[in-house]
Amino acid sequence: MTIRHPIGQGATIPRPGRSELMAQRVAAARLFLVPMLVVLAIVAGWPLLRSIYFSFTNASLNDLGNVEFVGFANYLSWRTLKSGRTIYTGLLVDAAWWNAVWNTIRFAAVSVSLEAVLGMLVALVLNAEFRGRGLVRAAILIPWAIPTIVSARRWAWMLNDQFGMINDLGMKLGLLSEKVAWTASPETAMVAVLIVDIWKTTPFMALLILAGLQMIPKDIYEAAEIDGVHPVRQFFRITLPLVRPALMVAIIFRLLDALRIFDLIFVLTPNSEATRTMSVLARENLFDFDKFAYGSAQSTLLFLIIAALTTLYIWLGKVNFEGNSR
Amino acid sequence: MPTLSTLAQLFKSAAFYFAVLLIVLFSVFPFYYAILTSFKSGTDLFRVDYWPRSFSLANFVTVFTSGNFPRNLWNSIFVAVLTVVLSLFLAITAAYALGRVRFRGRGLLLLTILAVSMFPHIAVLSGLFELIRTLGLYNSPWALIFSYTIFTLPFTVWVLTTFMRELPLEIEEAAIVDGATPWVIITKVFMPLMWPALVTTGILAFIGAWNEFLFALTFTSSDETRTVPVAIALLTGSTEFETPWGAIMAASVIVTVPLVVLVLIFQRKIVSGLTAGGVKG
Repeated sequence: MTIRHPIGQGATIPRPGRSELMAQRVAAARLFLVPMLVVLAIVAGWPLLRSIYFSFTNASLNDLGNVEFVGFANYLSWRTLKSGRTIYTGLLVDAAWWNAVWNTIRFAAVSVSLEAVLGMLVALVLNAEFRGRGLVRAAILIPWAIPTIVSARRWAWMLNDQFGMINDLGMKLGLLSEKVAWTASPETAMVAVLIVDIWKTTPFMALLILAGLQMIPKDIYEAAEIDGVHPVRQFFRITLPLVRPALMVAIIFRLLDALRIFDLIFVLTPNSEATRTMSVLARENLFDFDKFAYGSAQSTLLFLIIAALTTLYIWLGKVNFEGNSR
Repeated sequence: MPTLSTLAQLFKSAAFYFAVLLIVLFSVFPFYYAILTSFKSGTDLFRVDYWPRSFSLANFVTVFTSGNFPRNLWNSIFVAVLTVVLSLFLAITAAYALGRVRFRGRGLLLLTILAVSMFPHIAVLSGLFELIRTLGLYNSPWALIFSYTIFTLPFTVWVLTTFMRELPLEIEEAAIVDGATPWVIITKVFMPLMWPALVTTGILAFIGAWNEFLFALTFTSSDETRTVPVAIALLTGSTEFETPWGAIMAASVIVTVPLVVLVLIFQRKIVSGLTAGGVKG
């Protein structure tokens, strides 16, 4: 039999006065959280529930008060004809919807991967000490701070087929043999969207990675230097494993942002099948085509798809948000 | 005579500065090109230039005299400032509770707040539209202030919580020993120390509110209530070939200048806030 000695427990056993104080603090904390939680419940929780509810009804934009419950009809319904053929309708068999899902996922995967690589390169450059580093950091914040709409219109002008400077520069440098209708033609529309998105969000990625890089102790590199480890090997053996937690968190924030993309596509490539994403399609149905219930079904499914992808990523990547929690 | 190794060194640093130059050029060029275009008028617009060759204020005059641009600018300022003040006010006490007090379910609550701030906004759009119509806020700045809280509030709570956590324990202990209540601790002890964090968080939330588009597009319907991003997005000619590029570029320069000034002044603070929160504004 082992006897447990209560060594060291004396300090943690709360004395009556202390526990009373703790209880008082916890009560105050609860009270302090109430206003924020109430506001969030009103602006986020309730609308989310209503949106899901609308997806099971036949609501129309002009008559939200008088709706009928239709079950899963917006998602999937079928009808058997006299000939014995069954016709399926609804979101789950809607080719336009799955095209939008595919566009969104393709866009998110390509843009976030490229941004991670470029962001890492920029972060490595900014991690070196040189004169004017502060100014460079300020310069790369500019794309991040400018409204997406403004960036989209600027790039639309630069990518203009007739008078844009990208075509002009490309022709002068001999990279393009003829002027390209970047935003209008289906083959290049996604490329145009990717260029602008990467331009806008690489700085954000770079700054988050840079913060991770700056936490790596310098003496590790000094030791590696003495051992004659090649810089490329140093990067893969030291830098990458140590910066991984910061990188994973940066990637998930970008991924969530990329999966809900709306502004950029709405302005840069409106009406293009090649770039129409889930958000753009859902908003069209909600407010432009008067298919309020159908649009609600799309936004509900979008929510579920993004939640599933995020959970999968956190699970596979073992992302830890609370690394520094006390 | 330079040896081979110093030459290699020289080459290395030249390559490094070339990379730096490339990064800066790539970041700043679209802004530079927009300024260049905004000072052109007439047929000059359709000639590609890389250096300033013409100077005309016509586009800026057009932007300020025709249409509702000054009004849109005011709407944007009003909405962004009020949203930020409201969020900070609600967030500071919540951040104290989340950052300084241990209680059950704190981790889950923090994760929920983070999830709300990264939420796809389209998922709440139809419910929010109904709510805003019911409350009679549709097509008013209040609709935007109301809806923007969905991302500014969780964001400010999250960032302020990380800042709160970093303040030393001793300060609070001394106040507790003196018999200060939690409310007094927040207002008298933490507030003076939190000013820099509040400024940082406020700027990030301001940029987020200033740049918002989806809600602004959906919850306003007349030119007088539009915010600047919507006004710029909807600035089109009667046909595709009459897009007023000069005016669009002038408007884009006007809305960007305050942001660029903010970034240059508060560069250090913005970076610290972004990395502390790890959340995009």
